[in-house]
Amino acid sequence: MNRFLRSSLRWTLMALCLGANSLRAHTQSDAYLTLNVAGRSLTGEWHLALRDLEDAIGLDANDDGVITWGELVSRKEAVTAYALSRLRLELNGAPTALRVTDLLVDTHSDGAYAVVRFDATGDQFPSDLKITYNAFFDIDPKHRGLFRLEQPGATRLAVFSPETATQIFDLSGAAPRTSFLTFVREGIWHIWSGYDHILFLLALLLPGVLRRREGVWQPVSAVRPALVNVLKVVTAFTLAHSITLTLAATGMVHLPTRLIESAIAASVVLAAVNNITPVFTERGWMVAFGFGLLHGFGFANALADLGLRHGQLAATLFGFNLGVEIGQLAIVAVFLPVAYSLRGLLFYRRIVLQTGSVAIMAVATTWLAERVFDFKWLPF
Amino acid sequence: MWSSACKFPSHNRNRGRGSFVAVPAARLPVFLVRHSPICLALWLTVWTCRAEPYLPKDAAQPLERLRATAFDPAQHQMRDLRAQLTREPTNAVLAEKFVRCCIDKYRTEADPRYLGRAQAALAPWWNQAAPPVELLVWRATIKQSQHEFTASLADLETALRLAPRNGQAWLTRATVLTALGDYAQARRACAPLAELAPGLLAVTAAANVTCLTGGAERGCALLRRALEGNPSAGVSEKLWALTLLAETSARLGHDAEAEIYFKDALLLGQRDPYLLGAYADYLLQEGRAAEAVRLLRDEIRADGLLLRLALAESAMTPRPSTCGAHIAALQARFEAGRMRGDFVHQREEARFRLCLLHQPEEALRLAQANWRVQRELADARILIEAARADGQPEAARPALDFVKTNKIETVDLR
Repeated sequence: MNRFLRSSLRWTLMALCLGANSLRAHTQSDAYLTLNVAGRSLTGEWHLALRDLEDAIGLDANDDGVITWGELVSRKEAVTAYALSRLRLELNGAPTALRVTDLLVDTHSDGAYAVVRFDATGDQFPSDLKITYNAFFDIDPKHRGLFRLEQPGATRLAVFSPETATQIFDLSGAAPRTSFLTFVREGIWHIWSGYDHILFLLALLLPGVLRRREGVWQPVSAVRPALVNVLKVVTAFTLAHSITLTLAATGMVHLPTRLIESAIAASVVLAAVNNITPVFTERGWMVAFGFGLLHGFGFANALADLGLRHGQLAATLFGFNLGVEIGQLAIVAVFLPVAYSLRGLLFYRRIVLQTGSVAIMAVATTWLAERVFDFKWLPF
Repeated sequence: MWSSACKFPSHNRNRGRGSFVAVPAARLPVFLVRHSPICLALWLTVWTCRAEPYLPKDAAQPLERLRATAFDPAQHQMRDLRAQLTREPTNAVLAEKFVRCCIDKYRTEADPRYLGRAQAALAPWWNQAAPPVELLVWRATIKQSQHEFTASLADLETALRLAPRNGQAWLTRATVLTALGDYAQARRACAPLAELAPGLLAVTAAANVTCLTGGAERGCALLRRALEGNPSAGVSEKLWALTLLAETSARLGHDAEAEIYFKDALLLGQRDPYLLGAYADYLLQEGRAAEAVRLLRDEIRADGLLLRLALAESAMTPRPSTCGAHIAALQARFEAGRMRGDFVHQREEARFRLCLLHQPEEALRLAQANWRVQRELADARILIEAARADGQPEAARPALDFVKTNKIETVDLR
């Protein structure tokens, strides 16, 4: 009788189970894997649900039904070991060693995830990538790895399941035209979002509509000298940074990033000081050329972050540089008419030039300190 | 049952719109204005779900709650069983115990992870033609929850050929056939239960079919008598009978009775997501959104319950501040489901699109795809409502015919 009762209860359980199915439930077990391939470098981020990790390796050390950050951290080695043992990457047919760089936390719509960040560096530019994904399939065949492959100018999506655990991706896929335009866009964006370049350019351009006569600034009499001044400055800056950008991008010269960034900040300070207590009055273009060399190295660092693709160096460099010029000319196109029409006013010479330069100097000095001593204070 | 909660004003219809993804640049402003609720929802999705990974500051910061209470004997039992199974993966007795725990948990939590775990435990038997009958029946249960109805019925047929007196297999078969709208066969599957498991369970299974085939009043009378005659029946059995009584009473328009049966079912004290969803639908239909919000306030894990919570919140004035985030979370979950190629949520997503995003065209497409797979009353309802909202009454025809042919009595579907 007892046995019968038990089994009868179990039938009910199943009957209701079918009902429960109609309101089923949050997303099943998912993990989110993103790989970023740029140039020779590969970085990745893998979001693994804490509830899945708990079942796979155990996280809830004190067994109170709640996983805390402390408990996750204390299992960091187990988590990273699990992740690394369940993901195999082969670049150009050779297995790639992954290095875990960070363990963080993220919240998705269905709960908390451990975020494992990793990177890998190859000796050559990868042309194909073979991924074998094997997380949680043994404890849950319905687990899926939702995968995102990011390359400059291209994003691909794929899903790993027990049936599609191994997949191969062609990394030389993106069309050159697309990536050329991408680099032009990145060049423009780099000029506009890198405030140090804008401020440097502004510091050089501010006195462009003026002339220094007997120790005082005076407005130029016609459009022509103003245009010539600005043209000289912009051309010199362009020439200079094109030279160093090419040198750095082709690997002929390599300078440490922090040194370059600090020197760029210093160049902005000096350009601003030159407006307040002029040293180079007639030869602004020389200042532009000299410091432009520094800024070129800065552009090269930005370009390296985007990743250079094998066999596309010329197109990439040209595209990025073109973008930088377009961005620069846009700034000049806005600046010049305004400055030219205001040049006769005392307001321009006193407030815009003097106070503006002091402000630029203050900001750039702070950058310099930040970059030299490696801290962050300004929000930009 | 949720029709009154999602009235669809006709001026909201915009026929002939392009697909949501491909929008010509020139039409972007128009598109943005027209789809502002969706754009807002998408933005919220990005905002709430694509937050940057972070480094928690405090070691004591709780990240994830694994269960409702600190001590849950079922969880411990599952963990022990899993450990034993790892050592003996082909031990059928252990596997059967573990799978039963998983499915029991799935029933109370509506969390499909438990189904995945159960499938993993059945791996050695998953592709076998004739595994032990008990395992075969569980396999059928898991397959039907993944909407593989044909495969599930095939497994059950094998099971019943091997063990014709397995009541569990008959019951599951009846329920799968009911979900497919095949009431004649479902009734035949219920017949052996009267002999194999006499009592409330057998009556409820039979009454379930009766209530859906023109005998709602008779079915309710049967259920009432069976409940009175079986006071010592198990909680799960009573829960099923009371939920069925409540839903059927509501369909017949007997609101006072429906209310009493829903309350009685809740008073049994056993957590049941299906009951919560059914009661919430009833409250929404009655325009009692605030009560539905109170009922589901903490039910954000199960999609079906979160959907009803968001529906209730959106029906309130002013809308609670959590409404936007709940809509965004649902959007993200349906998105993830689509990415993984999951089509189990089509009914819920259709309702989400219709009532919360106001996209009748997409809702109708989903409701039609869903109707090809399963035919419960709720599937008919969403198809009819989406078709009407999209101005395509012809598209509702299959569902209306289904209601008419089977003589399903409802006050809201005509």
